[in-house]
Amino acid sequence: MKSGAFGAWEVALLILLAAVIVLMSSLSPYFLDLYNLIDSTFSFAEKALIALPMALLIIAREIDVSVASIVALSAVVMGVVAESGAGLPILVLVGLFTGTLAGVLNGVIVSALGVHSIVVTIGTLSLYRGIAVSIVGDDAYTSFPDGWSWFGQHYLWGYIPAELLIYIVATVIFGIYLHTTIYGRRIYAIGTNPDVARYTGINVTRYRIWLFALSGLLSGLAAILLTSRLGSVRLNIATGWELQVITMVVLGGVGIAGGTGTIIGVTLAVFLIGFLTFGLSLINVPGLVLNIYIGLMLIGAIAIPHLMGRLRQKMTASRKDA
Amino acid sequence: MLDVERLSKRFGGIQALKDVSFHARSGRVLGLIGENGAGKSTIVKCLTGIHSPTSGSIKVNNTPHQFVGPQDASAAGISAIQQEPSMFDDITVAENIFVGRLPKGQAGRVDWTATRSSAQSVLEQIGSDIAPSTMMKHLSVAERHMVSLAQALSTDAQLIIFDEPTAALSQAEIHHLYGIIDDLKAAGKAIIFISHKFDEIFRICDDYVVLRDGELAGSGLISEVSKDDLIAQMVGRELSEIYPKVEAQIGEEVLRVDRFTHPSEFADIGFAVRRGEILGFYGLVGAGRTELMEGIFGLKPVTDGTVTIKGQPIKITSTQDAMRAGLAYVPEDRQRHGAILPFSIRRNISLPKLQDLARGIFVNRPAESRLVDTFADRVSIRASSWRQKVSELSGGNQQKVVIGKWLATNPDIIILDEPTKGIDVGSKAAVHQAIGDLVKAGLAVVLVSSELEEALGISDRLMVMARGRVVAEYDRADFSSETVVAAAAGGI
Repeated sequence: MKSGAFGAWEVALLILLAAVIVLMSSLSPYFLDLYNLIDSTFSFAEKALIALPMALLIIAREIDVSVASIVALSAVVMGVVAESGAGLPILVLVGLFTGTLAGVLNGVIVSALGVHSIVVTIGTLSLYRGIAVSIVGDDAYTSFPDGWSWFGQHYLWGYIPAELLIYIVATVIFGIYLHTTIYGRRIYAIGTNPDVARYTGINVTRYRIWLFALSGLLSGLAAILLTSRLGSVRLNIATGWELQVITMVVLGGVGIAGGTGTIIGVTLAVFLIGFLTFGLSLINVPGLVLNIYIGLMLIGAIAIPHLMGRLRQKMTASRKDA
Repeated sequence: MLDVERLSKRFGGIQALKDVSFHARSGRVLGLIGENGAGKSTIVKCLTGIHSPTSGSIKVNNTPHQFVGPQDASAAGISAIQQEPSMFDDITVAENIFVGRLPKGQAGRVDWTATRSSAQSVLEQIGSDIAPSTMMKHLSVAERHMVSLAQALSTDAQLIIFDEPTAALSQAEIHHLYGIIDDLKAAGKAIIFISHKFDEIFRICDDYVVLRDGELAGSGLISEVSKDDLIAQMVGRELSEIYPKVEAQIGEEVLRVDRFTHPSEFADIGFAVRRGEILGFYGLVGAGRTELMEGIFGLKPVTDGTVTIKGQPIKITSTQDAMRAGLAYVPEDRQRHGAILPFSIRRNISLPKLQDLARGIFVNRPAESRLVDTFADRVSIRASSWRQKVSELSGGNQQKVVIGKWLATNPDIIILDEPTKGIDVGSKAAVHQAIGDLVKAGLAVVLVSSELEEALGISDRLMVMARGRVVAEYDRADFSSETVVAAAAGGI
């Protein structure tokens, strides 16, 4: 079990990240430029935000594949409310509330039906997206209030995007929560052996609903950043994000069987994918080809621990024989 | 029939078997006895070709054999019936019996008629009425044993090894198995029988071999030894040290259960426990004892009945309620419900206590260390450090981690469900020692045990359950194994 520790997986990710930075800066003179690197975070910070609660869910043996649909639903509801002329604070609350509500609903359905969350959230993936699309239709919502662009377009002190800062703060909070609090300890326990957790007096259902609510809340937050950055909401908003988010989490070393993984690992994976994407776009590799690299990395992420384990077994076996 | 001479087996730096010699004769049952880890299963694996011995020889009918794989052992006439036979679930009984050697008909196709009829005849030979066309997955553990045995007989095995065959069987199924073993004996087969239960060793074995730490600790005729002799050979300890009766001061009543009823598992259960008292629950597997305890601990919904703790009626609908009321429950299946195996000892013991170990919302690590030190020491867990993973510990030490974890919650009443199931005699003594310390410290203990010696050995009072009801209750002065066993079986 890894928790809090900077394990072998994190080291491997760090080496990979360094390799990507070295490789990309040798391929393009524009890569190793602080402004460019910071700006590149716009392309992944919102998804990375959702990867945080996703990591917690997967560690607790659950998963939420409806996150992109929650983003779409929150964005559309905010768009509708914005059309009616609501102010900025109201809009923020509406976005967060819509996301959280959708998340709580996921958690309640999973708990009530007792089926695996992948089944339930595949259902709500269609449901939430369906509601969003039926509201927005072929239109677009564009009448957001003044100052709305702050979340997704503003630079603090001239350099740091507000969006990046929000992501970094959220990462720190999630890291502390998972690795130092009693709640984080229990999340690992639930993910490693839910039966023991229940026999030990941990209210597994309450944790499950709470984690789905968190997933909804952060999806709502991502919707705020995204609508602010784009300035408009259309029916295809955030399409396909769920897989990109899950990719970040799995590449970050969170075991799909539950009970393992760290926030540091997920963060490294976020920057690894983000910088690789940015670097490849600099050297004019088209976005479609990019998916090949990410796919290969993901398969590598799953295969390498297996191969390492086998190698270690072989080495200890041969040492014993000698 | 079988001669094993100076058999040794090393795994890396570990000497699993050292110079073990013994003989199994046709028409006799040889009991293979030893604590967990004594080397019994290593011997079985050498005899069935799964491991190849480092040195020594295996002779079958005076022919030396070197088994490279299980097929070789099977060809030499050796078959083993595993404790939980692994079979192919999604094919029929007949196919399982002849797996890998299905009778061939024309053009290399399987001759299904022959398969079924041969399966039928070999099943009849052992008095089993399982239909050969049944899917394997629909069979009980006892029926799986029958199929496994049929498989062995169909290969014309001359030596049949039974590896703890009765561990998962009911009383009636066990008696049926004894009958089959008697028949096999009469048919001139040699049998090796591995068991932890002394009553069955004395019931069916003719000869015995005792292993301790991979070495031969004793052998001879069963008729010439007593149980105490065997235990002494196994551990070098006396029986009274394994079941020590601790005298504790019995105080006021702390737990009372009345009219406790579940829709299907148990009905109208009533009992009370006092401080310093061990209340035993004896019964056959399936009598409803575990379900009752899960009901009391809030893991199973009940339809009727009350729980009173220290004079206060308490409503328990969740484990949190039960823990708050001062209850602790050490479950029967320690690997599934008791301990989180990939977690360290430290994280397991502190888990139920996290709320009190918190500084704000954070884990207070110094306080956690103090708690773990205290309770891991109290149950004397043997480990390299408290950071060691529970999965790396022996069964006995795993159980101590679970008990330690529950003691850390500082309960008034602790329910121990089969606390020594499947652990070796040495660890058993340590667990009983720990239970003795609990009652001395003023806890009330509810002990669920299917092992008669344990239930009678350490309980102050004994409730006997059958078919979800309490059928008898005894004070220590009235304990007698005959009446208790009769009561447990009488409910059927």
